[in-house]
Amino acid sequence: MTTTTDRIEKRITLRATPARVWRALADAQEFSAWFGMALSEGFAPGKTVNGTVRYQGKTLSFTLLIERMEPERLLALRWHPFAVDPEVDYSSEPMTLVEFALAASPEGTVLTVTESGFDQIPLARRAKAFAMNDAGWAQQVENIARHVHA
Amino acid sequence: MRSASQVRHGAPIFAALGDETRLRLVDKLSTTGPLSIVRLTEGEDMTRQAITKHLAVLADAGLVRGIRRGRERLWELEASPLEVARRYLDRVSQRWDAALARLARHVETDD
Repeated sequence: MTTTTDRIEKRITLRATPARVWRALADAQEFSAWFGMALSEGFAPGKTVNGTVRYQGKTLSFTLLIERMEPERLLALRWHPFAVDPEVDYSSEPMTLVEFALAASPEGTVLTVTESGFDQIPLARRAKAFAMNDAGWAQQVENIARHVHA
Repeated sequence: MRSASQVRHGAPIFAALGDETRLRLVDKLSTTGPLSIVRLTEGEDMTRQAITKHLAVLADAGLVRGIRRGRERLWELEASPLEVARRYLDRVSQRWDAALARLARHVETDD
């Protein structure tokens, strides 16, 4: 149990080559498919990419700033975490940094995802995330139990 | 700490905050500190009685508590900002678990 409130780190072993995992991360269509975000265009370092997500019957807009791309090694981007309230303009708020780091392993690829910078996000905004208690949640947790071995 | 251990039981918190009015009350208390019922009702399209009911739900979940300051009764956030921050991170963490499960299915089921 970590005590930090600024960052989270997730690690998962994927039974796929780093080249395959990289494609899933770096190719806009592939990223859209698994992440559930429709992207306007492909990723490139320094680029701002807009995306939309369907959430509880609403279409929400997201902005991704692509910071670094090192093929089969690292994808780093910034976004507004949990920006799920269409009434709120998040553009003036700080973003978190998301890093996908890939390493080859005997089973395939070890992917480490870190998201950091949460302490810069207004606390009231963070409290709002508690309300995001959608119905699909229980099912998602079951899916995790079946699929994530981290 | 009684409040912290209460707060760790996530479910009542989520239920208590799964309501826009209660969420706004927590927002107000987390940014301004203790407030009277009069101040909490300001800007809300509701009676004081209705707001008091919402506060009671939040109090049951261990999120707020009523305190007395002189002759005035105030409501304050009982969950510490740190606890709110931790619970928030739990939610973000669960979202990543779900996203990475989808990624695993995506890359492991094709060739």
